[in-house]
Amino acid sequence: MAGSGINVLFMGKNFLRLLEGLWVTMRISLVSVVLSIPLGILFGMFLTLKNPLSRALGRVYLECIRIMPQLVLLFIAYFGVTRAFGWNLSAELSAVIVFTLWGTAEMGDLVRGALVSIPAHQYDSAAALGMNRGQTFLWVILPQTLRRLVPLTINLTTRMIKTTSLVVLIGITEVLKVGKQIIDANRFDYPTAALWVYGVIFLLYFLACWPISSLAKKLEQRWR
Amino acid sequence: MHQSSLFGLNWEFMAKYLPWYVDAAKLTVTIAFWGILLSLAVGMICAVIRYYRVPVLNRIAACYIELSRNTPLLVQLFFLYFGLPKLGIVLSAESCAIVGLAFLGGSYMAEALRSGLESIEKSQIESAQSLGMGKLLTMQEVILPQALAVSVPGICANMIFLIKETSVVSGIALADLMYVTKDLIGLYYETDEALLMLVIAYLILLLPVSVAASVLERRLRYGRFGN
Repeated sequence: MAGSGINVLFMGKNFLRLLEGLWVTMRISLVSVVLSIPLGILFGMFLTLKNPLSRALGRVYLECIRIMPQLVLLFIAYFGVTRAFGWNLSAELSAVIVFTLWGTAEMGDLVRGALVSIPAHQYDSAAALGMNRGQTFLWVILPQTLRRLVPLTINLTTRMIKTTSLVVLIGITEVLKVGKQIIDANRFDYPTAALWVYGVIFLLYFLACWPISSLAKKLEQRWR
Repeated sequence: MHQSSLFGLNWEFMAKYLPWYVDAAKLTVTIAFWGILLSLAVGMICAVIRYYRVPVLNRIAACYIELSRNTPLLVQLFFLYFGLPKLGIVLSAESCAIVGLAFLGGSYMAEALRSGLESIEKSQIESAQSLGMGKLLTMQEVILPQALAVSVPGICANMIFLIKETSVVSGIALADLMYVTKDLIGLYYETDEALLMLVIAYLILLLPVSVAASVLERRLRYGRFGN
């Protein structure tokens, strides 16, 4: 008997399984974000150095990561590194490595942008007040940089969450894969399950990202 | 042992399967071209609706933008390709990819275009009106030319973003660059060669666009007065 596909979601542990699948990508993005933020801050400060060599190195890294689709980077890490160095990276570990490398590049550029946007007179005024470099950075530059940076960093987190959906393509069992398993298992009893399952996954991603990006937008408006 | 192995790469293999990559690149370009064109159209419509705060449509456009910006393309494509046929809406994989790209890109383009429209000062619009220009003429002759110039960097960045996003269409079984690469790795284990060709293919597609975008941006900045 063919029933309405929506019932599939409430059968057994199906909905819970979907949530668990979503958690797999969330976990990868959370770990990557947590690693990317400190690394990105360091990289961003590195990018503002006046030394032409370090500057060139930084830009090359940034542009190389940026020009390639993230899926290509994932393929290189998952298929290429395994073969080239003989390391047996799990799909999840290669995903974390790629998203951290990517997040560091993006975060670094955000930090660089925020640091550069502080006008020179802020440094001059601090110097005129007799502050040394450390004090200037801690009390004058950092608070202003953070204000600009926090909303952008939150946005980067939603981008990270959205981009980690790609990991299904290197064989990680996450929410899309679980959805497919549920659909396949109920192919004959509930032929319309695909509509509901993928519709729910779509909504789950929306519910995960929307509050975060709304928060970023609010902060951006308030702190402008 | 490979017969010719400069840099330890199997060049014969690469020459043999080059046509696969050329075909795949053509597919990527086709999808990206139509996707970008449609997303510009969708973005333009949404931006104008949001700009004039057209009653009901404004809310719909706002909802669409939030939905599109807060979900990944791959999930959108799975819904379009596997979900919608259950409602009787059957699209080919290629049309799904284009529609999906337009759905995703439309909101990004809308935001880029809207920021351009909103950068035009009220005094300009009032001046146009005092010269007796109607709403349409003001939009066409005063607002749009200036707004587009402001939006160009954003639009270019979105175009590059959308070309990169096409890499996920292999998820709905389209034989794009990613698909071909995975195929070759799976069939022949020539991982290094397949990945190298993949990277080069994307560089050929993306570098010119990226360079053109930065040249264009610099020229526009040169043309602007003051800031």
